Amino acid sequence: MTIETIIFYAFAAMAIGAGLLLVNIRNTARALFLFFVVLFAMAGLYLFALADFIAITQILIYVGGVLILLIFAFMLSNKELLKDIQTSSTRFISLANWQSVVLSITFLSLMVYTFVNWSQQMPGWIEQSISKGTLIQAKDNNIELLGFKFMTQYVLPFEIISIFLMMALIGAAHLSRKDNTA
Amino acid sequence: MITLTHFLLVSACIFCIGMYAVLAKRNAIMILVGIELMINAAILNFVAFSKYDKTNYGGQIFALFAIVLAAAAVAVGLAIILNVYRHFNTINPKNMHELKD
Repeated sequence: MTIETIIFYAFAAMAIGAGLLLVNIRNTARALFLFFVVLFAMAGLYLFALADFIAITQILIYVGGVLILLIFAFMLSNKELLKDIQTSSTRFISLANWQSVVLSITFLSLMVYTFVNWSQQMPGWIEQSISKGTLIQAKDNNIELLGFKFMTQYVLPFEIISIFLMMALIGAAHLSRKDNTA
Repeated sequence: MITLTHFLLVSACIFCIGMYAVLAKRNAIMILVGIELMINAAILNFVAFSKYDKTNYGGQIFALFAIVLAAAAVAVGLAIILNVYRHFNTINPKNMHELKD
């Protein structure tokens, strides 16, 4: 049990625990701030997969952008929250949700069974990579290599995603303006 | 030693939490949060597999693309939610049963 393993388990427990609390809490504002905790813990987990740039991007885009947008939308549609508090039941898990619980747990057990069986023998390309030693190492300069890959091998998906992002943002701005000029 | 299976199990848990949120919540913003959790679980899988792919860096690159797609989806989704709220005065999907203006 090295210190690395302990920190990994701590991040995993933080992500799963905050996620479970997120779906069970009645207050939407608190749920959104728990989502923040989940996103930070997931960024920590990305670090353990040696993806430092993805972890930083996760914090910048999700915490800085997506979460702020969610909180804005929540605050602009606040009437629903008041109604939800008035009609909420005091039970921890309300009975109307048991179908979703059953479905989620079934899916989870299916996935866990598949992963545990699958990991008995790794696919060929992973075995090959382990035997050749072409793994990403902790001392590699990931960001430089990612930049080269973006501009050479993956330049077409990169351009497509830029156009897509521009279209989505223009569409969002168009949808959310006041509709008086139509 | 942290193996690939550890990452897969954590991402399976996060995915199922997100699925529960999508299925059970009666609030469009929380449904969007559930979708984000499922996307995050997928990104964790991408990143975990990418450790074994040094020649192409496919997993990390497409994890970045997935983050961008999720941000665009949230921007458009929230614009739609706000419009729907202005129109119906609710964000409970159960109360929205007509599409016309």
